[in-house]
This record gives sequence, C-alpha cells and structure tokens, in this order.
Amino acid sequence: MAVWVEIDLCDGCRRCTRACPYDAMKIQDGKAHVGDRCTSCGACMDACRNKAILTDAKPRVVPDFRDHTGVWVFAEQRGGELNRVSLELLGRAQGLAKDLNQEVAAVLIGDLVSGLASALIAFGADKVYLAEHAALKDYRTEAYAHVLEELIAAHKPNILLLGATHIGRDLAPRVSKRVGSGLTADCTELSIDVDEGILWQTRPAFGGNVMATIANRFSRPQMATVRPGVMEVIPTPAKEGAVITHVAKLTEERIRTKTLEIVKETQARVDLSKAKIIVAGGRGANDPAGFELLRELADTLGAALAGTRVAFEEGWIPASSQVGQTGLTVRPDLYIACGVSGAIQHRAGMMDSKFIVAINKDPYAPIFKVADWGIVGDLFDVVPELTKQLRTVCEVMCD
Amino acid sequence: MNIIVLIKQVPNTTEVKLDPKTGNLIREGIETIINPDDLHALETAITLKETYGATITVLTMGPPQAIDALSEAMGMGADQAVLLSDRAFAGADTWATSFTLGKAIEHIGEFDLILAGRQAIDGDTAQVGPQVAGLLDLPQVTYVFDIEAVKPDYVVVKRRLEDGYERVQCNLPALLTVMAGEKQPRYPLVSALLLACREKAPIQVWNAADIGVTTAEIGLEGSLTHVIRTFAPKFERHSEFLEGSTVEMAQNLIGRFKENKLISLAGAEASQGRNTTFPEERRK
Repeated sequence: MAVWVEIDLCDGCRRCTRACPYDAMKIQDGKAHVGDRCTSCGACMDACRNKAILTDAKPRVVPDFRDHTGVWVFAEQRGGELNRVSLELLGRAQGLAKDLNQEVAAVLIGDLVSGLASALIAFGADKVYLAEHAALKDYRTEAYAHVLEELIAAHKPNILLLGATHIGRDLAPRVSKRVGSGLTADCTELSIDVDEGILWQTRPAFGGNVMATIANRFSRPQMATVRPGVMEVIPTPAKEGAVITHVAKLTEERIRTKTLEIVKETQARVDLSKAKIIVAGGRGANDPAGFELLRELADTLGAALAGTRVAFEEGWIPASSQVGQTGLTVRPDLYIACGVSGAIQHRAGMMDSKFIVAINKDPYAPIFKVADWGIVGDLFDVVPELTKQLRTVCEVMCD
Repeated sequence: MNIIVLIKQVPNTTEVKLDPKTGNLIREGIETIINPDDLHALETAITLKETYGATITVLTMGPPQAIDALSEAMGMGADQAVLLSDRAFAGADTWATSFTLGKAIEHIGEFDLILAGRQAIDGDTAQVGPQVAGLLDLPQVTYVFDIEAVKPDYVVVKRRLEDGYERVQCNLPALLTVMAGEKQPRYPLVSALLLACREKAPIQVWNAADIGVTTAEIGLEGSLTHVIRTFAPKFERHSEFLEGSTVEMAQNLIGRFKENKLISLAGAEASQGRNTTFPEERRK
C-alpha cells in the first residue's frame, strides 16, 4: 500500500509536511515527496488542498468465503485419553453446523489414537481427520501446529474450535499465525449471526468484569478457544461418520522442543467437573488447619474440595482444584464458598452453579451478591457446626 | 545473553467496577500496574541475569504513560527499554499487537530469549506471546514456572499442566511465557528507579514509522477480530441471609439443602449404598 504526490498538482505549500506525524514528507525543488518513514496514515491527504496526494489503499472488503465450510473441533487427547472439552466442543459444534447447514469434523492428532475416533463420531462428528505419527505422541507446539496448518490448507474449514486448556491456548495462537486468521480466547458463548452468517464469540475480559462479543469478518477459519466446563455434551449414538487419514509431513529435526518428563501431581486428583457438590475455601480459611475443617465438611457431604487462587498460591490446594478465571469453571448443583471474598475472578469460575452458599465474616463481601443463601459468621464456628449436624442427618438416614 | 521482556501496563482489574447505568467500565481512579504475569517474566529475566549474565531490554506497546511501567522494570533490574507509542497502534487485537511487537523486536536486534507473561489481566487472552513467537518463527513454551537450566543452545524449563507439569527442552533462540513460580517478583530499587526516570535513561520511544509499518497492518485496521459489543455479565442472585445462632443457621441451611434435594445426593454418596430414605419419608 503506497502514498505518493502527483508532482504537477503540488504547489509546495507545506501543509502536508506540517500534518505528517512521522516526519515522512520532504520538500525538494519546491515540491513535496513522500519518504521512507511513511506509514500510509493519510494525514497528508486530508491536509492537501489541491488533492495532490494519492493512495492505492482500498477500503477493507469482506472476502468471499463460500469455499470455506465445516465446523471443526480439535479433539484434545493426552496419553490416548480424550479431554472432556473435546466432547463439549462437539456438542456446541452440532448446533452451529445445523445453523450453517454445514458438517462437523473432529481433528484427532497423536500416535496410536485411532481408537478414539468412534467416540468422537458418537458425540457429534460427521468426519474425523486422523493424523498419527511417532513425533506426535506427546503434545508439542510446532508439530501439532504444522499438522493443523496442513489440514486447514487442504480442507478449508469455516470454523475451528479448541478447548481453552493449556494445550489449546498454546496451540491455537500458533495456528492462527500460520494460517493468517483471527483468534478469540476463552469463549463462553458461541452463536451464528443470522445477518452475516458469521460466528459471534462471547467471552469474559477484565478479569470477568466485562463480557465482549467478538467477530472475525476478514479471515478464515474463524478460530476460537472455548472455556472447558461450559458447553453441553450431546451424544449422537446412532451417527455414522467417516475417518479420513491424513499423512503428516513431519521430521523430528524440525521440531525444536523435546518433552523430557511428564510429572503428575502427587495429591489425589479430583475431577471437579463431575462433582455434584463442591466445598471451596479462600483466604478466610487462614491456614492448612482451617482447610482441614473444610475437608471434613466436604467428606461428610461426599463433596469435592476446591479453592480460590489464594488457596492455591498458599499451597492448600493443588492447581487442579483451583476455581476461577485462571483456574477451572465448575457448575455443580451446590457450591459452598467458605472464607471466600468473591472477587470477580473467582466468581467467573463458579457463578453458574445451581445453588451457591456463602459463609464469610464480612457482610459486605462480594460473594454474597452471587449466593442464594448467606451466612455471616466465622467459618471456624459455622463449618464445624454444619459438619456436626450433617453427620447426625446421615446417621439418622443410615439406620 | 540478550533477553527481551514483553510487558504491559494494565488497570488493576481486581479494583475495576462497572457503571450500573451504562454497563461501561469505570476507569477513572483505577491504578495502573505492570501486569502480574509480566512481573514474573521480569523476575525470571533478572534472575537469569544474576546467574548467567545478560542484557535485558524491556518492550511495551501502550499510551505515553506506559513509560512508568518501563521505569519500574528498569528499577527492578532491566538494562534498557523501548516504548512503542502511537495513536495508530490503538484498537489493536492480539494479531495486530503481536505484529507490532514483532516488528519492534526485529528493530531491537539480536536476542537469545524472549520472555512474556502468560496472559494480561485485562485482555485475558494469553495469545500475544505465542503469536509473537509464531511471527518470528521461534520455538515456544507456555505456562513456564521454572527455568531449570540455560545452555548455549537450549534451555530446560518446567511447564505447568492442568494435573502436574512437564519438563521441556527448548532450542534457543526461543520465546517463553511465564506464570507465577516459587519466587515473588522483587521490588524496584529506589536508586535504580531514580536513574530510570532521568532524561538520559536508556528508554526509547518509537512510533509506527520507527518500526517501518503501515497503518493497515496495525491498530484497529490491522486487526482480524473486532469487538461487536460489550456488556456487564449478569450474575446477581437474590441472597437470603440466614439468621440466628450458629446452631440455628446451620439447621436452617441443612433444611434448605433438603428442600432442594441437594442433600439426598450427598446422603447417597456418603452412606455408600445403605438405606438412604429420609426419616420423614419412612414415617409415611
């Protein structure tokens, strides 16, 4: 894109040199010339009274993307196990594909993972693109991005969804740069806009204080990472789908990282996404002894134990039990928040729980705004009392 | 060793509030800070400098007041800084931002390592780091919380996973995105901070022309995603405060649980297959 001066029309008035914010206009022999520092901002064009400055820049036009079809889901797997978010994405993809009258495809990348294809079809995929290679056994950015790039170039999907997991948020931006398409992060809502036929991507920003709806008009595929635990899994047991094998062009030498070791957490990992009741603790728990009280309550209820970012940073809970904007999103039937102030970053992770209980010393704690039932009190008094009474209920029930 | 650290000045979103009438953010009076993950990136860089020797260049794209973030970074121990500031950069999404930063890095010159924070607390995307790496064709490792070793040709880092971590070896030059590790980021030294605020401090300010880009590639025009609308999330519930003594409140709460059949589930799980009918039901 260039800007230049029609010398015959220029009268050397210098309006343009004064208007240019980049010191890019020079006067030579009484005429203006555009220099190297020009950014095509157009300030000179606006200033010129002789209309002597021209540009070949065209207004941005939405390209014809009719050859891009298909709602694709990146089927994340680790160690041959599908991440649940892959099924959630397939669930949402079904609805989007229906609105667009297009097909759902899953992309399955790994080594010796073909056995997972049938599960993907049983949860919504019309097609599974399968890429297997020894170099794809453990997730590595460059290897996986390369395969996705090849597949996208070959098949031109309209939409590509990935889970906003550690893998997804590492992979998606890299793929976005490789294929030259826009990417939206951590979406909690997706829909097809009726007028433009494009994907509307809604996501939290400013720590969850604001929701933003975002569109990608000028590039394809429309890419989004989607928050795990939000979309619904929709089984399609009768569906028949095709598995299409893709031979990836990969060599070990071209991949510049190596996984040396994978270390799983030693603390027993609870799957919070399956828990019907969650007891969560925050700064108010004070210390590991405080958290023990919460653990006793959780055990009595048969609930999972979780916490805020503070609880994780203090070492009271493992990373996999942290709920919030930078942790997990959960939707249990019952969420009991003890000593949790309710900062917006935490609320973002649990606000869709069916019922929320808050126990906090501070009556003005923001957590009470999202609670169905609130108890203003010291959790060191309330929680043991609750546990004690619940045990009695259980005993009576279990005669 | 040459290290470039990407930082962002952000509003402290734990303090931000929404105007209830307009649904817009109230930004007045909110303090601006260096994005927390970027502080960890800076701390990591400075620790590497202390261990192996390095020159640290801090880079940020922002309005003129972002220069305060750069001064603070130099107070912590960075050697020089670049502020990318230009009206034309405004309105950029992560695509345009990473393009702008990438061009600036090309103008900064040689580097061995680029460190960035995992994500910013205003945008919350975690995309800029990896997109810069993609633009510059660098190997990347994200969610790094510890750098184990630095060799001439590669680094060994620990990368956080949802259920643990992995140890990754990555060739240099590379880009790492960093999150909170064991060490707390240090406070700036007052003496270093004062030097950073002087006119002769090695802080440069660059605009679009200085990095050789056109307005079509940057800012709103260069973005591939656009915000259609923003709104306040609705999640207020009608909170019922339970009253009475601790014993009474606990009783009350358990009553609510039973009313809503929340506790029958718990009862079933806790009692492991024993008779789980409630006393009221058995009396019928």
